Amino acid sequence: MRLRIAFSKHGKIRFTSHRDVARIWERALRRTNLPVAYSEGFTPRPKLSFGLALSTGHESEGEYLDVDLDPEQGADLDLAGLTTHLSAQLPVGMTATGVVVVDRRMPSLQQAVTSCTWQIDVRDVDESTAQAAIDAALAADELMITRERKGKEVTDDIRPLVFGLAVDQPIENGVRLIAELGTQPRAVRVTELLSALDPPLAEPLRNEPRVLRVHQWITTDDGERHDPMSVAAAASAPVGVA
Amino acid sequence: MPSGAPSTDLWPRLEPLLPQVQKPARYIGCEDGMQTPEHGPDKTSWLFTYPDTYEIGLPNAGLQILYEIINERPDAAAERSYAPWVDLEELMRREGLPLFSVDTHKPAGEFDIIAFNLSAELTYTNLVNCIDLAGVPVHSARRSDADPLIAVGGHCTYNPEPIADFVDLVVLGDGEEVIGDITDLVGEWKRNGKNAGTREGLLRELSKIEGVYVPSMYEVEYDGEFLAAVTPRYPDVPEKVEKRTVADLADWPYPKQQLVPMTEVVHDRLAVEVFRGCTRGCRFCQAGMITRPVRERPAEQVSRMISEGLQRTGYDEVSLTSLSTADFSGIEKVVADTVSDQGVGQVSVALPSLRVDAFTVGIAAELQRARRTGLTFAPEAGSWRMRQVINKLIREEDLYGAVESAYSQGWRRMKLYFLTGLPTETDDDTLGIAELGRNCVELGKKYNSSASVTVSVGGFVPKPQTPFQWFGQNTEEELRRKVELLKNDLRGTKGVQLKWHDTRASLAEGITSRGDRRLGAVIEYVWRHGGTFQEWSEHFSIDLWLEALAANGLDVEWYVYRHRTEDEVLPWDHLSAGLHKDFLWQDWRDALEELGLEDCRWTPCYDCGACTGYGIEHVVASATPPAGGSQGTGVDLSAGGAVPVTLQTSKPIGVGGS
Repeated sequence: MRLRIAFSKHGKIRFTSHRDVARIWERALRRTNLPVAYSEGFTPRPKLSFGLALSTGHESEGEYLDVDLDPEQGADLDLAGLTTHLSAQLPVGMTATGVVVVDRRMPSLQQAVTSCTWQIDVRDVDESTAQAAIDAALAADELMITRERKGKEVTDDIRPLVFGLAVDQPIENGVRLIAELGTQPRAVRVTELLSALDPPLAEPLRNEPRVLRVHQWITTDDGERHDPMSVAAAASAPVGVA
Repeated sequence: MPSGAPSTDLWPRLEPLLPQVQKPARYIGCEDGMQTPEHGPDKTSWLFTYPDTYEIGLPNAGLQILYEIINERPDAAAERSYAPWVDLEELMRREGLPLFSVDTHKPAGEFDIIAFNLSAELTYTNLVNCIDLAGVPVHSARRSDADPLIAVGGHCTYNPEPIADFVDLVVLGDGEEVIGDITDLVGEWKRNGKNAGTREGLLRELSKIEGVYVPSMYEVEYDGEFLAAVTPRYPDVPEKVEKRTVADLADWPYPKQQLVPMTEVVHDRLAVEVFRGCTRGCRFCQAGMITRPVRERPAEQVSRMISEGLQRTGYDEVSLTSLSTADFSGIEKVVADTVSDQGVGQVSVALPSLRVDAFTVGIAAELQRARRTGLTFAPEAGSWRMRQVINKLIREEDLYGAVESAYSQGWRRMKLYFLTGLPTETDDDTLGIAELGRNCVELGKKYNSSASVTVSVGGFVPKPQTPFQWFGQNTEEELRRKVELLKNDLRGTKGVQLKWHDTRASLAEGITSRGDRRLGAVIEYVWRHGGTFQEWSEHFSIDLWLEALAANGLDVEWYVYRHRTEDEVLPWDHLSAGLHKDFLWQDWRDALEELGLEDCRWTPCYDCGACTGYGIEHVVASATPPAGGSQGTGVDLSAGGAVPVTLQTSKPIGVGGS
């Protein structure tokens, strides 16, 4: 049996890395005494699979992981209340928000998720500057970024992956943006988007933005957008959505 | 800053800096087991600080134990701090942000006592840097009544003279009890208002606590280059400071809530201390000399700490910690119980300190039932002659037996640890290291064609309070020559990988290890010239240390390479780990005569002083040594029969249970 767990990450704990979060979950699951399945071989590892990595320092209301349970022990598991039990084993700032059973034949989170919605607070930028930069970017045919990949400079056009970008509201000493960015074939990073705008709305070491992942989306073949939990729930009954 | 004032929270100022630094999770706290104590004018506050990065400092068991003990007191509060990495330090200095606790992000300067663990001499410049970052004058003489007291503990404190200028008090030995005595006195002083001019009086009172050394209460006289005397400035200050020793580990089942970090650290696993002290008597080993006598934790308490600890933390690996862990009575049973305890899932066991003559097929078989952890054996020297000099009395056959046990149970590689630059060492002794490595690989090939060993070689640095404290360290050039010798000898040898410790770092360690108070200016010079994080190869600079010595008119030859004589006053002679100086001197003479000394746990007492002086004794559950090997006798005992020992204690050997 495979479980999909949704969780959030806020506050100080946002400074942990994707790898750190994986270790936090491994320990939390052992403390919950959930019968997690282990890989075979020389160094058995628990069978966990995480969705798209969240950059260190970003917060999120929509993180997910899939957990395979030992079929011999998982059958008579009482899943009701698991969300609460898991949250109790997580550090302050991380909260489990739901658990559903997933069909094991479904594609992994990494493959399935097609876009993410981001809330981006940028400092030292006024609303009109931000609006002008966004309008220009959305009107352009391409939006080029250069990034380093395996020691080489690579140039990419991220414009096709900017599904949405808008000023949400002014905030203290800055402005809040909402963006939906594609993740296939490669997830565009928020910082890449901001640095590609003219003028760049955020630069490292100057005005680091505060970023919150609001949603991850799975767009099905019919063009409908789904939440990773509801996609799973369509195939099986929910077992304790908080 | 008055410590009775409400607590300041620096997090809002720190948070914007964290996206700009590497590994920001070092600075957030948030560990399982973290405490956020209330502070107040009636509470004595401690900031336990490790003067290196979070990853290295967090697992430190000593600081975690004291953190819990203090927080259990209603009249005290404890938090933790670690040295910020250079990137954050630069931002902190630019923004005027002081050193902070990771628990509530309270400024270090608001604590009553900042207490550092000193496990390695190369962290001394970080100690000074942390004091400075806390906003406290680095020289104890310039501190005011309102400044925090700077305390240090840990193994380096058996010669704290090089850092005497920077610290207010030094704790020798086990901290569990003495920390309470210090809290009582400082608490009284705090409740009385820390009035102007009372700090000196407090320090004088503190110096009377057993196990506490207050450097400013002592006058140092020199006779030319030599130390003439270190004497108390007042009649009620002790002439000789004795270490503090906890008699029974069963009374101190700490840490009860081991901190589980949110980011990766070294030793990221549950750790349970199974005993303290070691009487194997290896003459190079400071830890073995200064932590006597042996005090075992009762096996059932060990088992309980393991099972409760695993359940609470969610770790899947436990490390049994002590010196020479396989000496623990009933080690096989503890390992077997842990590995087979289904209640906590798959658990692997690590034994970080292993003597080869106590490592058997039985232990190997139990260990490999879960995930195989890395195995390190420490023969320390390459020839039997050399091992008699250093009193590491294991025969070649013992090593081969242990190595074969491991290979036969499925290990394919292991690590062998050696020292070079030992007293009387010849090139034949050095090359014996390569020979042992080669022979081990040959043995392994019987079981696995890809068998290999890593031979790790460190340059020997003589340490205070050991029989080798009089020995002149090998020069850096000589150590380098010996490493080259091994490199050449092992060139082209398949299966043996040679690793060596930077010989220049051994030199820097040698400068600080046996220095006197004149070294304070050297440490300060290195610090002022940017020499922090000296344990990190990318920041270490031997040139800076040599420049600092020269700038202060001091000589490497004199401090490091020179043999000391019997009548020389050593900078740590007024501090005692319980060992009689004449015992140490006799042991040094025996070393030069290639005479070994058996383990006194299972043989008659040599009166080293550690038990008799303090009226305590070994606490071991078994009157016979663990099975196998020669058990330090140098005689093959595998033919049967127990080690021929007589027990000299007048009463039954304590089982250490409650």
